Amino acid sequence: MRTILFILQKEFLQVFRNRTMLPVIFVVPIVQLLILVNAATMEMKNIDMEVVDLDLSPVSRRLVSKFEGSPFFNIQKTIFSIDEAKTDLLENRTKMILQIPDGFERKLFVENKCDIQLLIDAVNGMTASLSNAYAQAVIRDFNAELLAKQGTNAYVNIVPENIQIENSFWYNPELNFKYYMVPGILVILVSMIGIFLTAMNIVREKEMGTIEQINVTPIKKYQFITGKLLPFWIIALFELGFGLIIGKLLFRLPIEGSLPLLFAFAGLYLFVVLGLGLLISTMAHSQQQVMFLSFFFLVTFILMSGVFTPEESMPFWAQRVNIINPFAYFMRVIRMIILKGSGFTDVIREFVSITVFGIIVLSLAIWRYRKVA
Amino acid sequence: MNSFTGFVKKEFLHILRDFRTLIVLFGLPVAQILIFGYVIRNELRDVKIAVLDYSKDEVTRELTDKIVSSDFFILYANLTDNNSIEKVFQKGKVKEVIVFEQDFAQKLERTGTASMQLIADASDPNSASLVVNYTRGIIFNYLQELNRNMKVPLQIVPETRMMYNQGLKSAFMFVPGTMALILMLVSAMMTSISIAREKETGTMEVLLVSPLRPVQIIIGKVMPYVLLSCINAVIIISLGHFVFQLPVNGSLILLFAETILFITLALSLGILISTIANSQQVAMFISMFALMLPTILLSGFIFPIENMPKILQWLTYIVPPRYFIEILRSVMLKGTGLLNIWKDTVVLLCMTAVFLTLSAYKFKIRLE
Repeated sequence: MRTILFILQKEFLQVFRNRTMLPVIFVVPIVQLLILVNAATMEMKNIDMEVVDLDLSPVSRRLVSKFEGSPFFNIQKTIFSIDEAKTDLLENRTKMILQIPDGFERKLFVENKCDIQLLIDAVNGMTASLSNAYAQAVIRDFNAELLAKQGTNAYVNIVPENIQIENSFWYNPELNFKYYMVPGILVILVSMIGIFLTAMNIVREKEMGTIEQINVTPIKKYQFITGKLLPFWIIALFELGFGLIIGKLLFRLPIEGSLPLLFAFAGLYLFVVLGLGLLISTMAHSQQQVMFLSFFFLVTFILMSGVFTPEESMPFWAQRVNIINPFAYFMRVIRMIILKGSGFTDVIREFVSITVFGIIVLSLAIWRYRKVA
Repeated sequence: MNSFTGFVKKEFLHILRDFRTLIVLFGLPVAQILIFGYVIRNELRDVKIAVLDYSKDEVTRELTDKIVSSDFFILYANLTDNNSIEKVFQKGKVKEVIVFEQDFAQKLERTGTASMQLIADASDPNSASLVVNYTRGIIFNYLQELNRNMKVPLQIVPETRMMYNQGLKSAFMFVPGTMALILMLVSAMMTSISIAREKETGTMEVLLVSPLRPVQIIIGKVMPYVLLSCINAVIIISLGHFVFQLPVNGSLILLFAETILFITLALSLGILISTIANSQQVAMFISMFALMLPTILLSGFIFPIENMPKILQWLTYIVPPRYFIEILRSVMLKGTGLLNIWKDTVVLLCMTAVFLTLSAYKFKIRLE
């Protein structure tokens, strides 16, 4: 036991002595959280659009002002040349064109039906489908209003059956994308710190040759590994708490669930992450290799974990892969606990899985780690 | 000149010998493009929903069937009371609960209106709004069918055309970004680390006292990475083209010229970083936080620049990949020529010039 304490002391000393590592551990996460949460936004507000209104009738004007009133759209200009608008779309000056054809109002009242065109820049398929959904909703609402207003009109005397639909968005009524992102970014942060620091630390000793000095001491394998992992386990947990406080203060992140539950899960999860770091370090010989290997692992698994897009919309094989993706578990659990206040019974399966994971990864890493140079 | 070729050969050997890094270098772009193309999607499919039906009549059953039989939704549970809504959301599977009021069919028939509620789990706000929108669309269609015999007046029919990417494939969005990221990684990061390593191990001194001129050392160091970057660029474009049918609508020569320009820019950045950093670790962290993160976050690679707060939008102007990605998208997807992208190109040229001058100025021939 005393041996472990000495190794721990040595490791902590080394971490806090290193001038470049300290800012990495403490300052970078704050900056990251600040920039990432603001930059990583798929929130769609103020979509730039141009209107080509060839009709200029009262109805078409009302439709345009309906778009103007929507928080989702920002009408940059109203022009009369579709070609000019298309050039703007091509050169990225606008994202969407609403084209109202000549004779729109007349056709609407005479034939009871008229087309209008939406041209959307779909290079980004995700935002394009959201823009389309919002635009359709605006038009649908306008249509319903028009019907209600003209209902007593001579043109119209039938009242169709109608279903009134009321939406409510739970847990995030304002659809604030930041609430969704902060927990996700915290997962990335904690995992990155865990994997990088562990792997780098050991490989650095390899590169400098000091690992041989430890290898010739009577220190046992498990003592060495405990000594190496524990400091980073503590640092990573500290980082999580720190990040939560920042999230709470700066982004007013609602924390619905129990924090002890979250930290219990994070503690288990970190064993997996640190074990992965250890595993990478046994496979790499230089810091450069560690860098690339962990970058590769991290980018792949984090993107698959559903940080930006829901797991359900992934293809079946990807969902299968996610069974062995520890990030996916933590991503799900942290959002459930923080945003929805899920309790232990809701996440019991994740708890069991992550424990099994931890055991497998750690034993694999310990088995792979050789006390020979 | 002979010593120069020898030097270049040594550099190539250095890289080829490091088998693990090579695998990552070629594996990373392939894996990323496949992941982005197949996995990162926002389409709705098989979303699990629950129904709380207080009415249980013919209309609500029909409507439920209609919603569930679409590809988008799967009926996960039938709820019996209001309290179970919270519970089912907390379990985390169900994304939307549909609530029908009592006597739904009766009210619809007698008064002409009945009401229902769509409750979405908005902890994922974008999915929630898509889910609600899709459900509304289905209900809307159902209504139109219901009212088929009556001619519904004053219909405005929006026709949407998705420009440049009709299938809404996410690969179209991500391939240009991945290219910028990988080129940054290979050209800037690896160059800076490899020069920093020579400094760290002390072999830089050996190189400096050799008859090679500093320019030759730099060029020799950079050469293998230029080649690697070019190979990677070709791999990425062909993967995008053959696996995801990503078109190259513009001129291939223009595309290649712009790519070379960006590689030069990235290399000059790498050299600049290596003049500042004295160890691999420092070089790594500088490239990680000054190059990789901005490339991923502030270039419009994944997240649209228009949605960011104003300060970050201004910041993106000094992120070189922003311009490169813009150019790639224009040339590949929109098929524009140099006429439409000359501004971005000029910016890239200026940046390259600045970085090259800076690093030439900072490069020291002597060690302190």
